[in-house]
Amino acid sequence: MDLIANNLSYKPEDQYHLNEVSFNFKEGNLYTILGRTLSGKTTLLKTIAGLLTPDSGEIEFDGKNFLKVPVWERNVAMVYQQFINYPHLNVFENIAFPLKQRKIDQGVINEKVMDALKSVGLLGYEKRKIQELSGGQQQRVSLARSLVKNAKILLLDEPLVNLDYKLREQLREEFKNLFSKGLADETILIYSTTDPKETMELNGEVIVLDEGKVLQVGPAKEIFENPNSLKVAEISNDPPMNIIEAKISDNNIQFEGINLEAPKHLSKLTEDGLKIGLRSSDIELGENGNEFEVELAEISGSETLLHLKRGDTKIIVSIEEVLNFKIHDKVKINFKIDRAYAFYADGKLASSPFGGLNGQN
Amino acid sequence: MNKLYIFLKYFFIVVWTVFVVAPFLWALTTSFKDFQSVNGGVTYIPWFDFEPNLEGWKVLIKSPAKGGVDIIEPYFNSMFVTCTASLISIILGTLSAYALSRYTFKAGFVKNNDITFFFISQRIMPPIVLSIPFFLFLSSINLLDSLTGLIVVYIVLLMPIAVWIMVDFFNKVPREIDETALIDGCNPYQAFLKVVLPNSIPGLIVAGMFCIIFGWIDFFFAFILTFTEVQLLPVKIVALNSSVTPWWSLSASALVSVAPLIIVAFVVERYLSKGNLSGAIK
Repeated sequence: MDLIANNLSYKPEDQYHLNEVSFNFKEGNLYTILGRTLSGKTTLLKTIAGLLTPDSGEIEFDGKNFLKVPVWERNVAMVYQQFINYPHLNVFENIAFPLKQRKIDQGVINEKVMDALKSVGLLGYEKRKIQELSGGQQQRVSLARSLVKNAKILLLDEPLVNLDYKLREQLREEFKNLFSKGLADETILIYSTTDPKETMELNGEVIVLDEGKVLQVGPAKEIFENPNSLKVAEISNDPPMNIIEAKISDNNIQFEGINLEAPKHLSKLTEDGLKIGLRSSDIELGENGNEFEVELAEISGSETLLHLKRGDTKIIVSIEEVLNFKIHDKVKINFKIDRAYAFYADGKLASSPFGGLNGQN
Repeated sequence: MNKLYIFLKYFFIVVWTVFVVAPFLWALTTSFKDFQSVNGGVTYIPWFDFEPNLEGWKVLIKSPAKGGVDIIEPYFNSMFVTCTASLISIILGTLSAYALSRYTFKAGFVKNNDITFFFISQRIMPPIVLSIPFFLFLSSINLLDSLTGLIVVYIVLLMPIAVWIMVDFFNKVPREIDETALIDGCNPYQAFLKVVLPNSIPGLIVAGMFCIIFGWIDFFFAFILTFTEVQLLPVKIVALNSSVTPWWSLSASALVSVAPLIIVAFVVERYLSKGNLSGAIK
């Protein structure tokens, strides 16, 4: 039972929320929609759920025109980024709600709800009011309610984004376990997120969405290794990939008076206006490196993000330890240039260290 | 500074309380007085200042032939008209408010907000402007001087209040709750009845309270649209003449006529202070 979309467009005012989106989702798979905020992720999920009707395009599920089926008959489940539950019902009643709606036998409902509560780790909370739960617990109830239905299509709209760091890590781990237990083989799981790290960890098929347009589709590893454009490279890396305007000639990459020997996969590029892309983790501090000036140093978790500047070139370096820097300090850094990407002036990938395009030779 | 603030706060609370409570106290003591006590100067404390008796209150239930004030029938008329009109207004108003909050309407330049404003504009207009059309309208359908006619007019007056309060309330209920209900297998009517409505009880109570208050205290339309057959309480109270009806009976009648509002206010206040109103939906 495949979910197929053809050229979905939705343009409520003068801006596209969805722009000719097509996809082919197969049952038993996990799909991650990766995009920045306002890229159309929620619109896409709501369109699949049936809460929005696209201006044009088709959705087909199990060979039938899905757009003609009203929401309440579509057998989808959705978890929102806000913790949406029914405030007037307790935990048990919340999870039982979709089953009661189907007029299932009370005994079966009890059993299923208890199973769902167990799988999200909320056993013993069934009599609690929703308002008495923490954000993470509320989101678990929400998840349990969507699991209990055995829906054919499960939509998760940035389910972890409103949780604090620790809970997010913990719940993400539980999600992965739940998903890998095989959630029933016939489910199509669609997960939207802004977080590249989450995308890589979920390790599903990724759809990169920007301004309502699909930029790239492929397995998470492929998106990470061979982003097909500058934009995808920005969206799929956090902090975004450093983009450096450089010149390649005579096997040398030159920018801001720095000369680096071009690695094999970049040496044959000669076009003007090339941009070199380098992940923040592929730059490191080093004694014999090139001097940059510190613009800002932020500590996030156990990482230090250094914003550096040299001439007109600004880069971000992430260091795997907590270090203190002052603004205008001078630091020396080395580039792992063999891991650099090259993009043409129009933003398309020219060469990647993982063998994309020109890199093959 | 802080002490001054606390002092001023309580000072004004006390002043205002005296201002509000004094007339009630006056009416309450007067209702237990007899002729001598009423005319015997300023007295407030029963048994000490004057000898209380129940004459004023007994008059309320006496038949007019025996010197009663005859407010029982107007009392029940008022209650019937107010409750019926409030109930219908709440039902219609809630349905309209939900539609105005969730769906987009457009007819030329008229949009949702304009429709909501149209409802409210019925309350902004001076009643005198509406009185002649109402009078002509009711007389053309033969409902002048009848309870049904009054109910019709009161619905026009009360429904805007219900719409106004409920639109605001529904706008604060996240749309995602309705959407989740739809996803969980409810059709739009079930989503409204099973999910949105149970979460709107605080709003319904507030809207209901305002409808009852504004219905109960209306004098103008009750006065203009009735003559002999039907009489509502406010009209009856005003008609009680102090040269015929003694002060103590007047006071008792006045107290009895505001009693329902005080009860409504206390019930709602209980409900409000429990925090049920704000905490329902985050």
